[in-house]
Amino acid sequence: MSVAPAGRPPASADPAAAPGLAPLLTAPRARPGWWVPPARVGAMCLVELQKLRHDRAELYTRAVQPALWLLIFGETFTRIRAIPTGGVPYLDYLAPGIIAQSAMFIAIFYGIMIIWERDSGVLTKLLVTPTPRAALVTGKAFAAGIKALIQAAVVLVLATLLGVALSWNPLRLLGVAVVVLLASAFFSCLSMSIAGIVLTRDRLMGVGQAITMPLFFGSNALYPVDVMPDWLRAVSAVNPLSYQVDALRGLLVGTPSHLPLDFLVLLAAAAAGITAASCLLGRLAR
Amino acid sequence: MTPDPVRPDPAMPGPATTDTVTTDTVTTDTAMTNTVPADTAMTDTSTPDSVTTGTLTSDAVAPHPATTVPVTGDAVTGDAVTGDAVTGDAAAPRAVRCRGLRYSFGRTRAVDGVDLTVASGEVFGLLGPNGAGKTTAIRCLTTLLPVPPGTVRVFGHDAARERMAVRRMIGYVPQQLSADASLTGRENVALFARLFDVRRRERAERVALALEAVGLADAADRMAGTYSGGMVRRLELAQALVSAPRLLMLDEPTIGLDPIARTAVWEHITAIRAATGMTVLVTTHYMDEADQYCDRVALMHAGRVQALGTPERLKAALRDRRGDGAAPTLEDVFRDVVGGDLGAGEEGGDFRDVRRTRRTASRLG
Ligand SMILES: Nc1ncnc2c1ncn2[C@@H]1O[C@H](COP(=O)(O)OP(=O)(O)OP(=O)(O)O)[C@@H](O)[C@H]1O
Ligand SMILES: [Mg+2]
Repeated sequence: MSVAPAGRPPASADPAAAPGLAPLLTAPRARPGWWVPPARVGAMCLVELQKLRHDRAELYTRAVQPALWLLIFGETFTRIRAIPTGGVPYLDYLAPGIIAQSAMFIAIFYGIMIIWERDSGVLTKLLVTPTPRAALVTGKAFAAGIKALIQAAVVLVLATLLGVALSWNPLRLLGVAVVVLLASAFFSCLSMSIAGIVLTRDRLMGVGQAITMPLFFGSNALYPVDVMPDWLRAVSAVNPLSYQVDALRGLLVGTPSHLPLDFLVLLAAAAAGITAASCLLGRLAR
Repeated sequence: MTPDPVRPDPAMPGPATTDTVTTDTVTTDTAMTNTVPADTAMTDTSTPDSVTTGTLTSDAVAPHPATTVPVTGDAVTGDAVTGDAVTGDAAAPRAVRCRGLRYSFGRTRAVDGVDLTVASGEVFGLLGPNGAGKTTAIRCLTTLLPVPPGTVRVFGHDAARERMAVRRMIGYVPQQLSADASLTGRENVALFARLFDVRRRERAERVALALEAVGLADAADRMAGTYSGGMVRRLELAQALVSAPRLLMLDEPTIGLDPIARTAVWEHITAIRAATGMTVLVTTHYMDEADQYCDRVALMHAGRVQALGTPERLKAALRDRRGDGAAPTLEDVFRDVVGGDLGAGEEGGDFRDVRRTRRTASRLG
């Protein structure tokens, strides 16, 4: 004689038994394929903003380092006049470089968050939603971009407070936003790709620290390409950070720059980064 | 005689009897799991499968009156028996059907030839000690791990070829406590509503309902990082519910919880199941929970399903075989099935498993 154990529910599947749950009985219809990537990017960016809203401390602590760069390094080198900037005060010349640098620092450690999400099971759950991997990576990349964008705005305000005459033309600022977003998408995808290879937080920290300095000093963020030795110029030519700084300087300070080339390179870099990170995301899923 | 309380799937209306196929095969050897039918591509919709009565149970419980089950008396055929006289099942494919499922991590054979069929509407328990391969099996079913085409079908959709369709039908709660600690409960659920394309105008209502269904309405706007372990589990249930899945996959939903929180989680699971008719596939190593809440269980060990059936039948079969009148528990059945091998089973869970379990037991970081 089998007796139904006490824990079993009454044999009723009548949804009316729990009238409150009725709206939860129908699965949402699938959206068309073209809708999915932008919708996922939106969802990921929103989550990033919600997190920032809950914890503003990160915003303030992250402003310290760029402030020190501008205050100490910037003010000192403005006095020394050692770096040929083409007539622009050195602090003005430096400000776009620091914007790019601080945005890159945020993006390049974004992979740590992916590893944390993997270890905590959050990533696993995201991977079981109807979201293609490329859409998930793009969403994460632009979420990192949102963070970097806020950081860029903070540095922009800091620089203005220090007396740097930056452009406030809305169109140019829009261009700045696009540049920061694309570059951060690239650097965060680079970070996620490395995360997919090394798989642990400690190793990613090591690799991240090992590559940020070469990326930073091997770019035109602090000094023009003309003063670099030839080998460093070669590094700078393949360094997306240089194109980002070039574009930011052109847009904010008005120095001669190669905007179309910069945008093209950053777009291609972001696309390549998203592709690489999507391919390597599977390793994190296992 | 209590027939399995299998409920019809509301999304697939049909005669209630169509799902009550008793699929109990008790095998003390592993022959059953080895009989991988060659025709793995057989269509789910046309051949209702797995209507067998195992040798051990053929007289323990009479088949459900509504289903005329030819007693083959041949446990080895297991799930491979097809074309039985159960009709009317064409409209309701099995919730899960996997055939010869294997998955290895390097040289570790985590899942080693599993055949499973989960009927629509039932609560199915996958039991086993640490390292048995439960999580790996679940991850294969959720499309997280790649499987060859034809091995796994969820409501008739191939997990290898139709990943997105499969994902839309499942709600998955992984073994770790996986809510995002830096978001509120409501934001956690809303994220999953967005990721499953819940329309904007329904979103707030659905999110609120899902939170209410798991008893978190009052705590919804607190940060998930401040939740207790039991609350996080219920929050994860809400996250899975918000997309109205037809199959809920819960990996050790009560691990690391205190007895009261465990009961609360199970009560929510059963209430939700009763209200929605969802199929629930759950893993656990608490035999008492499985006995109490699962319609059918599969005992898994070393990557294989060693026995399968309702808890009552498994226990009755053991009692009959022992013949000493003492009422065995499901744990006794498990020991019996695994043989003297349970010690090896404990070793099967390596450091990694234990660490993962410990982490699960701790609060959200
Ligand atoms: N990502 C992985 N890499 C390597 N081996 C793994 C991995 N995941 C699981 N394993 C191994 O596969 C086997 C089955 O593991 P699995 O996690 O599926 O067991 P389980 O039944 O879920 O155990 P538990 O009760 O501890 O959760 C174990 O031996 C485990 O060490
Ligand atoms: Mg497990």
